[in-house]
Amino acid sequence: MDANAAKLIGAGLATISLAGVGIGIGQIFGSYVSAAIRNPAAAPKQFGNVLLGFALTEAVALYALVIAMLLLFVF
Amino acid sequence: MSHGASPLEQFLIRRIFELHIGGLDISFTNSSLFMIIAVVGITAFLNLSMRKSALVPGRWQSMAELSYEFIANVVRENAGSEGMAYFPFVFTLFMFILFCNLLGLIPFSFTVTSHIAVTFALAAVVFLGVTAIGFAKHGVKFLQLFVPSGVPIALLPLIVLIELISYLTRPISLSVRLFANMMAGHTMLKVFAGFVVALGIWLGWAPLAFIVALTALELGIAILQAYVFAILSCIYLHDAMHPHH
Repeated sequence: MDANAAKLIGAGLATISLAGVGIGIGQIFGSYVSAAIRNPAAAPKQFGNVLLGFALTEAVALYALVIAMLLLFVF
Repeated sequence: MSHGASPLEQFLIRRIFELHIGGLDISFTNSSLFMIIAVVGITAFLNLSMRKSALVPGRWQSMAELSYEFIANVVRENAGSEGMAYFPFVFTLFMFILFCNLLGLIPFSFTVTSHIAVTFALAAVVFLGVTAIGFAKHGVKFLQLFVPSGVPIALLPLIVLIELISYLTRPISLSVRLFANMMAGHTMLKVFAGFVVALGIWLGWAPLAFIVALTALELGIAILQAYVFAILSCIYLHDAMHPHH
């Protein structure tokens, strides 16, 4: 196989990890909403934790982006 | 950005004036310029807003007080009251990253934190500092951090190895998180800006509206990432001061 084609396929494959990140972000906000419905009084205090979890999960998606960029532009 | 330019062109480092000392290239670049603008901006913001400090704060003073209180709470909650000794460092870190991120959102400006060299330097300072604090406070006992209590003996070698690796990857994850967020966001904005030009005057409005929404998201991300960097530094500080699980 052409090395360039393999590079493009690899970069495309790197984006599969976004599936996991999608599940993760959905999980975070889904859990937050269901917890907020059970106990609305405690919800605002936990929003900082939600944002932290969101940022940490989103960063995983960006590691995939970094890998795709490395494959495309560095090798 | 001129038409047809690469979305990655905005991250190009240009030398403003050349300076070579002993084979080292320490030229003053646009990156250095924006770091200086950020530092001057922080100093001006905090000094000018607190100059006429009143008991009932005005708008600027309450902004300065809010940012101070915000980070003071983060340090107190995550690193404990003895962690407040490191509050000036965390506050400096937060304000520097925040200002660099926000300055990068201004069109035609340069985002300092979109370069791994900058963010890794910041993360390395946090990592080395936290490790040094841990060893200075607890000596060899700091290594208890890698030995969680209540783990079966048979599993211990594996757990210690995993803990050690997760500890050593902290500076990498800390720096890549910030750099990748900034780089991805700004690249995405430029890609959509390219769509506006490509679709022309009739269809170009759709991506333009999307850019406005994205800019709002990026504003949030800029603040959120500075917060995440500060909060994780505090959590690492807490680990260094209380290595017993």
